Amino acid sequence: MRQFVENIGRRSIGGISEFGQAAVVLYESLYWLFMGPRQRQPVRLHSVFAQAMDIGIYAIPIVIVLNMAIGIMLAIQGIYTLRVFGAENNVTLGVTLSVTREFSPMITGILVAGRTGSALAARIGTMKINEELDALTVMGIQPIRYLVAPALLAMIIMLPLLSWFADVVALLGAGLYVSAELGMSLGAYTNDVLRILSIDDLMHGLGKSLIFGVLIVLIGVINGANVTGGAEGIGRVTTRSVVHAISAIVITDMLFTFLLSR
Amino acid sequence: MDTVISVRDLVVYYGERKILKEVCMEVERGEIMVIMGGSGSGKSTLLRHLLSLEKPRSGSITMLDREISSASRRELLEVRKKIGVAFQFGALLSSLSVGENILLPLQEHTRLDQATMEVMLRLKLEVVGLAGFENLMPAELSGGMTKRAALARAIIMDPQLLFLDEPSAGLDPVVAAALDDLILQLRDATGMTLVVVTHELESAFKIADRITVLDQGDIVASGTVDEVRNNKSERVQNLLNRRSEERVTDVDAYLERLTGTRID
Repeated sequence: MRQFVENIGRRSIGGISEFGQAAVVLYESLYWLFMGPRQRQPVRLHSVFAQAMDIGIYAIPIVIVLNMAIGIMLAIQGIYTLRVFGAENNVTLGVTLSVTREFSPMITGILVAGRTGSALAARIGTMKINEELDALTVMGIQPIRYLVAPALLAMIIMLPLLSWFADVVALLGAGLYVSAELGMSLGAYTNDVLRILSIDDLMHGLGKSLIFGVLIVLIGVINGANVTGGAEGIGRVTTRSVVHAISAIVITDMLFTFLLSR
Repeated sequence: MDTVISVRDLVVYYGERKILKEVCMEVERGEIMVIMGGSGSGKSTLLRHLLSLEKPRSGSITMLDREISSASRRELLEVRKKIGVAFQFGALLSSLSVGENILLPLQEHTRLDQATMEVMLRLKLEVVGLAGFENLMPAELSGGMTKRAALARAIIMDPQLLFLDEPSAGLDPVVAAALDDLILQLRDATGMTLVVVTHELESAFKIADRITVLDQGDIVASGTVDEVRNNKSERVQNLLNRRSEERVTDVDAYLERLTGTRID
Protein backbone atom coordinates (compact mmCIF):
# COMPACT_ATOMS: atom_id res chain seq x y z
CA MET A 1 0.00 0.00 0.00
CA ARG A 2 2.76 2.38 1.03
CA GLN A 3 4.68 1.50 -2.10
CA PHE A 4 1.57 2.18 -4.20
CA VAL A 5 1.16 5.68 -2.76
CA GLU A 6 4.89 6.30 -3.12
CA ASN A 7 4.69 5.31 -6.78
CA ILE A 8 1.81 7.69 -7.41
CA GLY A 9 3.77 10.50 -5.79
CA ARG A 10 6.94 9.75 -7.72
CA ARG A 11 5.12 9.57 -11.04
CA SER A 12 3.25 12.81 -10.37
CA ILE A 13 6.49 14.61 -9.60
CA GLY A 14 8.06 13.10 -12.73
CA GLY A 15 5.15 14.30 -14.82
CA ILE A 16 5.26 17.81 -13.40
CA SER A 17 8.99 18.06 -13.94
CA GLU A 18 8.51 17.04 -17.58
CA PHE A 19 6.01 19.88 -17.99
CA GLY A 20 8.64 22.21 -16.57
CA GLN A 21 11.29 20.88 -18.94
CA ALA A 22 8.94 21.30 -21.88
CA ALA A 23 8.32 24.91 -20.91
CA VAL A 24 12.07 25.55 -20.74
CA VAL A 25 12.69 23.87 -24.11
CA LEU A 26 9.92 25.94 -25.71
CA TYR A 27 11.20 29.17 -24.20
CA GLU A 28 14.81 28.48 -25.19
CA SER A 29 13.85 27.50 -28.75
CA LEU A 30 11.87 30.70 -29.22
CA TYR A 31 14.70 32.67 -27.60
CA TRP A 32 17.24 31.34 -30.10
CA LEU A 33 14.89 31.75 -33.05
CA PHE A 34 14.39 35.45 -32.28
CA MET A 35 17.54 36.44 -30.36
CA GLY A 36 20.08 34.08 -31.95
CA PRO A 37 20.91 36.28 -34.97
CA ARG A 38 21.61 39.25 -32.69
CA GLN A 39 24.11 37.19 -30.72
CA ARG A 40 25.73 35.90 -33.91
CA GLN A 41 24.34 32.48 -33.10
CA PRO A 42 21.52 32.15 -35.60
CA VAL A 43 19.35 29.12 -36.12
CA ARG A 44 20.68 27.76 -39.43
CA LEU A 45 18.25 27.97 -42.32
CA HIS A 46 19.60 24.87 -44.00
CA SER A 47 18.77 22.79 -40.90
CA VAL A 48 15.25 24.24 -40.97
CA PHE A 49 14.93 23.28 -44.65
CA ALA A 50 16.25 19.79 -44.03
CA GLN A 51 13.75 19.31 -41.22
CA ALA A 52 10.93 20.81 -43.30
CA MET A 53 11.64 18.35 -46.11
CA ASP A 54 11.52 15.49 -43.64
CA ILE A 55 8.41 16.62 -41.78
CA GLY A 56 6.43 17.89 -44.75
CA ILE A 57 7.51 16.90 -48.23
CA TYR A 58 8.45 13.28 -47.55
CA ALA A 59 5.17 12.79 -45.67
CA ILE A 60 3.03 13.81 -48.66
CA PRO A 61 2.48 10.30 -50.14
CA ILE A 62 1.21 8.81 -46.89
CA VAL A 63 -0.87 11.94 -46.19
CA ILE A 64 -2.56 11.46 -49.57
CA VAL A 65 -3.33 7.80 -48.92
CA LEU A 66 -4.69 8.29 -45.40
CA ASN A 67 -6.73 11.40 -46.07
CA MET A 68 -8.19 10.06 -49.29
CA ALA A 69 -9.39 7.05 -47.30
CA ILE A 70 -10.75 9.26 -44.50
CA GLY A 71 -12.63 11.42 -47.00
CA ILE A 72 -14.23 8.43 -48.68
CA MET A 73 -15.05 6.85 -45.34
CA LEU A 74 -16.78 10.02 -44.13
CA ALA A 75 -18.80 10.27 -47.35
CA ILE A 76 -19.93 6.64 -47.02
CA GLN A 77 -20.93 7.09 -43.38
CA GLY A 78 -22.56 10.45 -44.09
CA ILE A 79 -24.73 9.11 -46.87
CA TYR A 80 -25.62 6.02 -44.83
CA THR A 81 -26.72 8.14 -41.84
CA LEU A 82 -28.55 10.82 -43.80
CA ARG A 83 -30.45 8.25 -45.84
CA VAL A 84 -32.55 7.64 -42.71
CA PHE A 85 -33.94 11.15 -43.14
CA GLY A 86 -33.82 11.06 -46.93
CA ALA A 87 -31.33 13.92 -46.77
CA GLU A 88 -28.37 12.39 -48.66
CA ASN A 89 -27.85 15.59 -50.57
CA ASN A 90 -26.73 17.33 -47.38
CA VAL A 91 -23.77 15.00 -47.00
CA THR A 92 -21.42 17.67 -48.31
CA LEU A 93 -22.10 19.85 -45.28
CA GLY A 94 -21.16 17.16 -42.79
CA VAL A 95 -18.12 16.02 -44.70
CA THR A 96 -16.74 19.51 -45.29
CA LEU A 97 -16.98 20.63 -41.68
CA SER A 98 -15.76 17.40 -40.12
CA VAL A 99 -12.80 17.15 -42.48
CA THR A 100 -11.53 20.72 -42.08
CA ARG A 101 -12.32 21.13 -38.38
CA GLU A 102 -11.42 17.68 -37.08
CA PHE A 103 -10.25 14.86 -39.23
CA SER A 104 -7.45 16.12 -41.38
CA PRO A 105 -5.61 18.09 -38.64
CA MET A 106 -5.91 15.16 -36.27
CA ILE A 107 -4.99 12.39 -38.71
CA THR A 108 -2.09 14.44 -40.05
CA GLY A 109 -0.95 15.23 -36.50
CA ILE A 110 -1.03 11.57 -35.50
CA LEU A 111 0.85 10.66 -38.66
CA VAL A 112 3.57 13.24 -38.07
CA ALA A 113 3.80 12.22 -34.40
CA GLY A 114 4.51 8.68 -35.58
CA ARG A 115 6.99 9.72 -38.26
CA THR A 116 8.78 12.78 -36.91
CA GLY A 117 8.12 12.79 -33.16
CA SER A 118 9.55 9.30 -32.79
CA ALA A 119 12.51 10.11 -35.04
CA LEU A 120 13.26 13.20 -32.97
CA ALA A 121 13.12 11.24 -29.71
CA ALA A 122 15.39 8.53 -31.12
CA ARG A 123 17.82 11.06 -32.54
CA ILE A 124 18.13 13.15 -29.37
CA GLY A 125 18.27 10.00 -27.24
CA THR A 126 21.07 8.48 -29.32
CA MET A 127 22.99 11.76 -29.27
CA LYS A 128 22.68 11.95 -25.52
CA ILE A 129 23.94 8.41 -25.00
CA ASN A 130 26.87 8.95 -27.41
CA GLU A 131 27.82 12.17 -25.54
CA GLU A 132 27.12 14.12 -28.75
CA LEU A 133 24.95 16.58 -26.80
CA ASP A 134 27.80 17.16 -24.33
CA ALA A 135 30.21 17.58 -27.24
CA LEU A 136 27.97 20.24 -28.77
CA THR A 137 27.67 22.03 -25.44
CA VAL A 138 31.42 22.19 -24.81
CA MET A 139 31.99 23.42 -28.36
CA GLY A 140 29.79 26.37 -27.41
CA ILE A 141 26.93 25.17 -29.60
CA GLN A 142 23.68 25.11 -27.64
CA PRO A 143 21.93 21.81 -28.47
CA ILE A 144 18.54 23.54 -28.29
CA ARG A 145 19.59 26.11 -30.86
CA TYR A 146 21.31 23.59 -33.09
CA LEU A 147 18.86 20.68 -32.89
CA VAL A 148 15.51 21.70 -31.42
CA ALA A 149 14.84 25.21 -32.74
CA PRO A 150 15.12 24.18 -36.43
CA ALA A 151 12.78 21.24 -35.86
CA LEU A 152 10.29 23.47 -34.04
CA LEU A 153 10.29 26.15 -36.72
CA ALA A 154 10.01 23.59 -39.52
CA MET A 155 7.14 21.89 -37.69
CA ILE A 156 5.25 25.15 -37.06
CA ILE A 157 5.43 25.93 -40.77
CA MET A 158 4.96 22.47 -42.25
CA LEU A 159 2.26 20.84 -40.12
CA PRO A 160 -0.44 23.47 -40.88
CA LEU A 161 0.55 23.36 -44.56
CA LEU A 162 0.35 19.59 -44.51
CA SER A 163 -3.05 19.76 -42.79
CA TRP A 164 -4.29 22.20 -45.39
CA PHE A 165 -3.13 19.85 -48.11
CA ALA A 166 -4.83 17.01 -46.25
CA ASP A 167 -8.07 19.03 -46.24
CA VAL A 168 -7.95 19.25 -50.02
CA VAL A 169 -7.17 15.56 -50.46
CA ALA A 170 -9.87 14.36 -48.04
CA LEU A 171 -12.49 16.64 -49.60
CA LEU A 172 -11.50 15.38 -53.02
CA GLY A 173 -11.84 11.77 -51.84
CA ALA A 174 -15.28 12.50 -50.40
CA GLY A 175 -16.24 14.34 -53.60
CA LEU A 176 -15.31 11.41 -55.80
CA TYR A 177 -17.46 9.06 -53.74
CA VAL A 178 -20.38 11.49 -53.49
CA SER A 179 -20.41 12.16 -57.23
CA ALA A 180 -20.33 8.45 -58.01
CA GLU A 181 -22.98 7.52 -55.42
CA LEU A 182 -25.42 10.44 -55.73
CA GLY A 183 -24.78 11.36 -59.35
CA MET A 184 -23.73 14.88 -58.33
CA SER A 185 -21.10 16.43 -60.58
CA LEU A 186 -17.69 17.17 -59.07
CA GLY A 187 -18.13 20.83 -60.05
CA ALA A 188 -21.41 21.10 -58.15
CA TYR A 189 -19.81 19.37 -55.16
CA THR A 190 -16.90 21.84 -55.20
CA ASN A 191 -19.34 24.74 -55.34
CA ASP A 192 -21.16 23.33 -52.33
CA VAL A 193 -17.92 22.90 -50.40
CA LEU A 194 -16.79 26.45 -51.12
CA ARG A 195 -20.18 27.84 -50.14
CA ILE A 196 -20.23 25.93 -46.84
CA LEU A 197 -16.64 26.46 -45.84
CA SER A 198 -15.83 29.63 -43.93
CA ILE A 199 -12.37 30.94 -43.13
CA ASP A 200 -13.15 30.31 -39.46
CA ASP A 201 -13.64 26.59 -40.03
CA LEU A 202 -10.40 26.37 -41.95
CA MET A 203 -8.45 28.35 -39.36
CA HIS A 204 -9.95 26.28 -36.54
CA GLY A 205 -8.36 23.19 -38.07
CA LEU A 206 -5.07 24.80 -39.02
CA GLY A 207 -4.73 26.52 -35.63
CA LYS A 208 -5.09 23.16 -33.96
CA SER A 209 -2.46 21.59 -36.20
CA LEU A 210 -0.03 24.34 -35.19
CA ILE A 211 -0.52 23.43 -31.52
CA PHE A 212 -0.17 19.74 -32.37
CA GLY A 213 3.14 20.53 -34.06
CA VAL A 214 4.54 22.24 -30.97
CA LEU A 215 3.36 19.33 -28.80
CA ILE A 216 4.97 16.72 -31.07
CA VAL A 217 8.36 18.46 -31.01
CA LEU A 218 8.37 19.13 -27.27
CA ILE A 219 7.28 15.60 -26.36
CA GLY A 220 9.84 14.06 -28.72
CA VAL A 221 12.66 16.21 -27.40
CA ILE A 222 11.85 15.76 -23.70
CA ASN A 223 11.57 12.00 -24.04
CA GLY A 224 14.81 11.83 -26.00
CA ALA A 225 16.68 14.01 -23.54
CA ASN A 226 15.56 11.91 -20.56
CA VAL A 227 16.79 8.64 -22.03
CA THR A 228 18.54 6.20 -19.70
CA GLY A 229 19.93 2.75 -20.27
CA GLY A 230 21.45 2.46 -23.73
CA ALA A 231 19.84 1.03 -26.84
CA GLU A 232 16.93 -0.49 -24.97
CA GLY A 233 16.26 2.91 -23.43
CA ILE A 234 16.08 4.51 -26.85
CA GLY A 235 13.44 2.02 -27.94
CA ARG A 236 11.49 2.79 -24.79
CA VAL A 237 11.56 6.59 -25.15
CA THR A 238 10.69 6.36 -28.85
CA THR A 239 7.56 4.36 -28.11
CA ARG A 240 6.76 6.59 -25.15
CA SER A 241 7.07 9.74 -27.23
CA VAL A 242 4.62 8.44 -29.86
CA VAL A 243 2.07 7.33 -27.27
CA HIS A 244 2.37 10.63 -25.37
CA ALA A 245 2.20 12.74 -28.51
CA ILE A 246 -0.91 11.00 -29.81
CA SER A 247 -2.61 11.22 -26.41
CA ALA A 248 -1.68 14.89 -26.14
CA ILE A 249 -3.04 15.54 -29.63
CA VAL A 250 -6.38 13.86 -28.98
CA ILE A 251 -6.89 15.49 -25.57
CA THR A 252 -5.81 18.94 -26.76
CA ASP A 253 -8.12 18.56 -29.73
CA MET A 254 -11.04 17.83 -27.41
CA LEU A 255 -10.25 20.82 -25.14
CA PHE A 256 -9.68 23.16 -28.09
CA THR A 257 -12.92 22.12 -29.75
CA PHE A 258 -14.83 22.41 -26.47
CA LEU A 259 -13.55 25.94 -25.86
CA LEU A 260 -14.03 27.24 -29.40
CA SER A 261 -17.21 25.55 -30.55
CA ARG A 262 -19.64 26.62 -27.85
CA MET B 1 54.12 30.62 -14.93
CA ASP B 2 50.51 31.53 -14.78
CA THR B 3 47.64 29.37 -13.70
CA VAL B 4 45.12 28.31 -16.35
CA ILE B 5 42.79 26.24 -14.21
CA SER B 6 42.31 26.60 -10.51
CA VAL B 7 39.89 24.36 -8.61
CA ARG B 8 39.05 25.27 -5.00
CA ASP B 9 37.22 23.03 -2.54
CA LEU B 10 35.06 21.39 -5.18
CA VAL B 11 32.29 19.30 -3.60
CA VAL B 12 29.95 17.17 -5.68
CA TYR B 13 27.11 14.94 -4.61
CA TYR B 14 25.09 12.50 -6.70
CA GLY B 15 22.00 12.10 -4.57
CA GLU B 16 23.29 11.31 -1.08
CA ARG B 17 26.67 10.06 -2.27
CA LYS B 18 29.60 12.46 -2.02
CA ILE B 19 31.57 11.96 -5.24
CA LEU B 20 34.19 14.70 -4.87
CA LYS B 21 35.42 15.76 -1.43
CA GLU B 22 36.84 19.30 -1.30
CA VAL B 23 39.05 18.78 -4.34
CA CYS B 24 41.73 21.43 -4.99
CA MET B 25 44.05 21.47 -7.99
CA GLU B 26 45.86 23.86 -10.29
CA VAL B 27 47.02 23.57 -13.88
CA GLU B 28 49.82 25.83 -15.17
CA ARG B 29 50.05 27.22 -18.68
CA GLY B 30 51.78 24.94 -21.18
CA GLU B 31 51.91 21.81 -19.05
CA ILE B 32 50.33 18.42 -19.53
CA MET B 33 48.38 17.58 -16.43
CA VAL B 34 47.21 13.99 -16.16
CA ILE B 35 44.29 13.22 -13.88
CA MET B 36 44.59 9.58 -12.95
CA GLY B 37 42.42 7.25 -10.94
CA GLY B 38 40.60 3.95 -11.07
CA SER B 39 36.99 3.42 -12.03
CA GLY B 40 34.67 5.26 -9.67
CA SER B 41 37.43 7.52 -8.38
CA GLY B 42 35.54 10.62 -9.48
CA LYS B 43 37.85 11.60 -12.35
CA SER B 44 35.09 11.66 -14.97
CA THR B 45 32.93 13.69 -12.59
CA LEU B 46 35.80 16.14 -12.10
CA LEU B 47 36.17 16.46 -15.86
CA ARG B 48 32.44 17.09 -16.36
CA HIS B 49 32.65 19.91 -13.82
CA LEU B 50 35.78 21.37 -15.42
CA LEU B 51 33.81 21.46 -18.69
CA SER B 52 30.90 23.01 -16.75
CA LEU B 53 28.53 20.36 -18.00
CA GLU B 54 27.35 20.19 -14.40
CA LYS B 55 27.16 22.66 -11.55
CA PRO B 56 29.00 21.78 -8.33
CA ARG B 57 27.33 21.72 -4.90
CA SER B 58 30.02 24.08 -3.59
CA GLY B 59 33.51 25.25 -4.43
CA SER B 60 34.86 27.26 -7.33
CA ILE B 61 36.51 26.57 -10.68
CA THR B 62 38.48 29.33 -12.38
CA MET B 63 39.49 28.74 -15.98
CA LEU B 64 41.33 31.18 -18.25
CA ASP B 65 40.77 33.94 -15.65
CA ARG B 66 37.02 33.37 -15.42
CA GLU B 67 35.06 31.87 -12.58
CA ILE B 68 33.04 29.34 -14.55
CA SER B 69 30.80 27.79 -11.91
CA SER B 70 28.88 31.07 -11.66
CA ALA B 71 29.52 32.46 -15.16
CA SER B 72 26.72 33.75 -17.37
CA ARG B 73 25.92 31.96 -20.60
CA ARG B 74 27.79 34.53 -22.65
CA GLU B 75 30.92 34.39 -20.47
CA LEU B 76 30.84 30.63 -20.61
CA LEU B 77 30.62 30.77 -24.40
CA GLU B 78 33.74 32.94 -24.54
CA VAL B 79 35.63 30.39 -22.44
CA ARG B 80 34.32 27.50 -24.52
CA LYS B 81 35.62 29.05 -27.72
CA LYS B 82 39.11 28.86 -26.22
CA ILE B 83 39.00 25.24 -25.11
CA GLY B 84 38.89 22.00 -27.05
CA VAL B 85 37.56 18.67 -25.83
CA ALA B 86 38.06 15.17 -27.20
CA PHE B 87 35.62 12.73 -25.63
CA GLN B 88 36.42 9.14 -24.78
CA PHE B 89 34.28 7.68 -27.54
CA GLY B 90 34.79 10.59 -29.91
CA ALA B 91 31.23 11.92 -29.71
CA LEU B 92 31.34 12.82 -33.40
CA LEU B 93 27.90 13.79 -34.69
CA SER B 94 26.82 10.65 -36.52
CA SER B 95 24.73 12.57 -39.09
CA LEU B 96 27.73 14.56 -40.36
CA SER B 97 30.84 13.39 -42.21
CA VAL B 98 34.23 13.52 -40.52
CA GLY B 99 35.09 16.75 -42.34
CA GLU B 100 31.77 18.42 -41.45
CA ASN B 101 32.26 17.36 -37.83
CA ILE B 102 35.69 18.95 -37.64
CA LEU B 103 34.50 22.13 -39.38
CA LEU B 104 31.48 22.54 -37.10
CA PRO B 105 33.10 24.85 -34.49
CA LEU B 106 34.55 27.05 -37.26
CA GLN B 107 31.20 27.33 -39.02
CA GLU B 108 29.39 28.20 -35.80
CA HIS B 109 31.88 30.62 -34.27
CA THR B 110 33.83 32.27 -37.08
CA ARG B 111 33.08 34.10 -40.31
CA LEU B 112 35.86 32.56 -42.35
CA ASP B 113 35.09 31.78 -45.97
CA GLN B 114 34.64 28.19 -47.06
CA ALA B 115 38.02 27.95 -48.82
CA THR B 116 39.95 29.03 -45.70
CA MET B 117 38.01 26.58 -43.58
CA GLU B 118 38.80 23.76 -46.01
CA VAL B 119 42.50 24.57 -45.76
CA MET B 120 42.34 24.55 -41.96
CA LEU B 121 40.47 21.25 -42.10
CA ARG B 122 43.18 19.64 -44.26
CA LEU B 123 45.87 21.09 -42.00
CA LYS B 124 44.37 19.54 -38.88
CA LEU B 125 43.69 16.25 -40.64
CA GLU B 126 47.41 16.14 -41.57
CA VAL B 127 48.32 16.80 -37.94
CA VAL B 128 46.30 13.87 -36.63
CA GLY B 129 47.21 11.64 -39.58
CA LEU B 130 43.76 11.37 -41.13
CA ALA B 131 44.42 13.19 -44.41
CA GLY B 132 41.98 12.16 -47.10
CA PHE B 133 39.39 10.73 -44.70
CA GLU B 134 37.18 13.83 -44.48
CA ASN B 135 34.36 12.35 -46.54
CA LEU B 136 33.88 9.23 -44.45
CA MET B 137 31.04 9.00 -41.96
CA PRO B 138 31.92 8.49 -38.28
CA ALA B 139 30.41 4.98 -38.33
CA GLU B 140 33.00 3.96 -40.94
CA LEU B 141 35.99 4.81 -38.72
CA SER B 142 37.97 2.45 -36.50
CA GLY B 143 38.40 3.19 -32.79
CA GLY B 144 41.78 4.86 -33.21
CA MET B 145 40.60 6.92 -36.19
CA THR B 146 37.53 8.08 -34.27
CA LYS B 147 39.78 9.36 -31.47
CA ARG B 148 42.02 11.13 -33.99
CA ALA B 149 39.03 12.74 -35.68
CA ALA B 150 37.73 13.87 -32.28
CA LEU B 151 41.18 15.32 -31.57
CA ALA B 152 41.15 17.16 -34.89
CA ARG B 153 37.75 18.67 -34.03
CA ALA B 154 39.03 19.64 -30.59
CA ILE B 155 42.02 21.57 -32.02
CA ILE B 156 40.35 23.15 -35.06
CA MET B 157 39.84 26.46 -33.23
CA ASP B 158 43.49 26.43 -31.99
CA PRO B 159 42.43 26.26 -28.34
CA GLN B 160 44.58 27.46 -25.45
CA LEU B 161 43.40 24.57 -23.36
CA LEU B 162 42.73 21.02 -24.50
CA PHE B 163 40.90 18.32 -22.56
CA LEU B 164 41.34 14.68 -23.50
CA ASP B 165 39.15 12.00 -21.93
CA GLU B 166 40.83 8.58 -21.97
CA PRO B 167 42.75 9.21 -25.23
CA SER B 168 44.32 5.76 -25.37
CA ALA B 169 41.67 3.60 -23.69
CA GLY B 170 40.44 0.70 -25.78
CA LEU B 171 43.20 0.99 -28.39
CA ASP B 172 45.88 -1.56 -29.21
CA PRO B 173 49.34 -0.73 -27.76
CA VAL B 174 50.84 0.49 -31.05
CA VAL B 175 47.99 2.88 -31.85
CA ALA B 176 47.89 4.04 -28.23
CA ALA B 177 51.64 4.81 -28.28
CA ALA B 178 51.25 6.72 -31.55
CA LEU B 179 48.46 8.78 -30.02
CA ASP B 180 50.66 9.58 -26.99
CA ASP B 181 53.41 10.78 -29.35
CA LEU B 182 50.87 12.88 -31.19
CA ILE B 183 49.76 14.51 -27.95
CA LEU B 184 53.38 15.39 -27.07
CA GLN B 185 54.07 16.77 -30.55
CA LEU B 186 50.92 18.82 -30.39
CA ARG B 187 51.91 20.45 -27.11
CA ASP B 188 55.47 21.13 -28.35
CA ALA B 189 54.22 22.66 -31.58
CA THR B 190 51.46 24.86 -30.17
CA GLY B 191 52.33 25.39 -26.51
CA MET B 192 48.77 24.65 -25.48
CA THR B 193 47.86 23.42 -22.03
CA LEU B 194 46.52 19.88 -21.82
CA VAL B 195 44.41 18.14 -19.23
CA VAL B 196 44.32 14.39 -19.83
CA VAL B 197 42.05 12.07 -17.89
CA THR B 198 43.20 8.48 -18.02
CA HIS B 199 43.59 5.26 -16.11
CA GLU B 200 46.35 3.93 -18.37
CA LEU B 201 49.54 4.07 -16.28
CA GLU B 202 52.01 3.72 -19.12
CA SER B 203 50.44 6.46 -21.16
CA ALA B 204 50.17 8.72 -18.11
CA PHE B 205 53.88 8.39 -17.23
CA LYS B 206 54.90 8.98 -20.82
CA ILE B 207 53.04 12.20 -21.50
CA ALA B 208 52.55 13.83 -18.10
CA ASP B 209 54.42 16.84 -16.74
CA ARG B 210 52.44 16.53 -13.55
CA ILE B 211 49.99 13.92 -12.32
CA THR B 212 47.04 14.25 -9.97
CA VAL B 213 45.82 10.97 -8.52
CA LEU B 214 42.19 10.74 -7.48
CA ASP B 215 40.83 7.98 -5.32
CA GLN B 216 37.26 7.79 -3.99
CA GLY B 217 36.78 11.51 -4.47
CA ASP B 218 40.01 12.54 -2.72
CA ILE B 219 43.22 13.77 -4.27
CA VAL B 220 45.73 11.32 -2.82
CA ALA B 221 48.79 12.57 -4.68
CA SER B 222 49.76 15.44 -6.90
CA GLY B 223 53.14 16.28 -8.38
CA THR B 224 55.67 15.48 -11.07
CA VAL B 225 55.87 11.99 -12.48
CA ASP B 226 58.74 11.03 -10.17
CA GLU B 227 57.09 12.49 -7.11
CA VAL B 228 53.95 10.46 -7.74
CA ARG B 229 55.93 7.32 -8.54
CA ASN B 230 57.79 7.61 -5.23
CA ASN B 231 54.72 8.48 -3.21
CA LYS B 232 54.60 6.33 -0.11
CA SER B 233 50.82 6.32 0.27
CA GLU B 234 49.32 2.86 0.08
CA ARG B 235 46.42 3.95 -2.12
CA VAL B 236 48.79 5.45 -4.67
CA GLN B 237 51.04 2.42 -4.66
CA ASN B 238 48.04 0.09 -5.09
CA LEU B 239 47.04 2.02 -8.19
CA LEU B 240 50.55 2.18 -9.60
CA ASN B 241 51.32 -1.48 -9.01
CA ARG B 242 47.95 -2.78 -10.06
CA ARG B 243 47.33 -4.34 -6.66
CA SER B 244 43.75 -4.99 -5.69
CA GLU B 245 42.57 -3.04 -2.68
CA GLU B 246 42.39 -4.87 0.62
CA ARG B 247 38.79 -4.62 1.59
CA VAL B 248 38.20 -3.85 5.23
CA THR B 249 35.54 -6.25 6.36
CA ASP B 250 33.06 -5.10 8.95
CA VAL B 251 31.31 -8.28 10.04
CA ASP B 252 28.06 -6.60 11.09
CA ALA B 253 27.79 -4.53 7.92
CA TYR B 254 28.51 -7.62 5.84
CA LEU B 255 25.74 -9.57 7.57
CA GLU B 256 23.36 -6.67 7.11
CA ARG B 257 24.08 -6.57 3.40
CA LEU B 258 23.55 -10.32 3.07
CA THR B 259 20.32 -10.54 5.00
CA GLY B 260 18.93 -7.17 3.95
CA THR B 261 17.83 -6.37 7.49
CA ARG B 262 19.26 -4.23 10.26
CA ILE B 263 21.08 -6.06 13.02
CA ASP B 264 21.12 -4.38 16.41
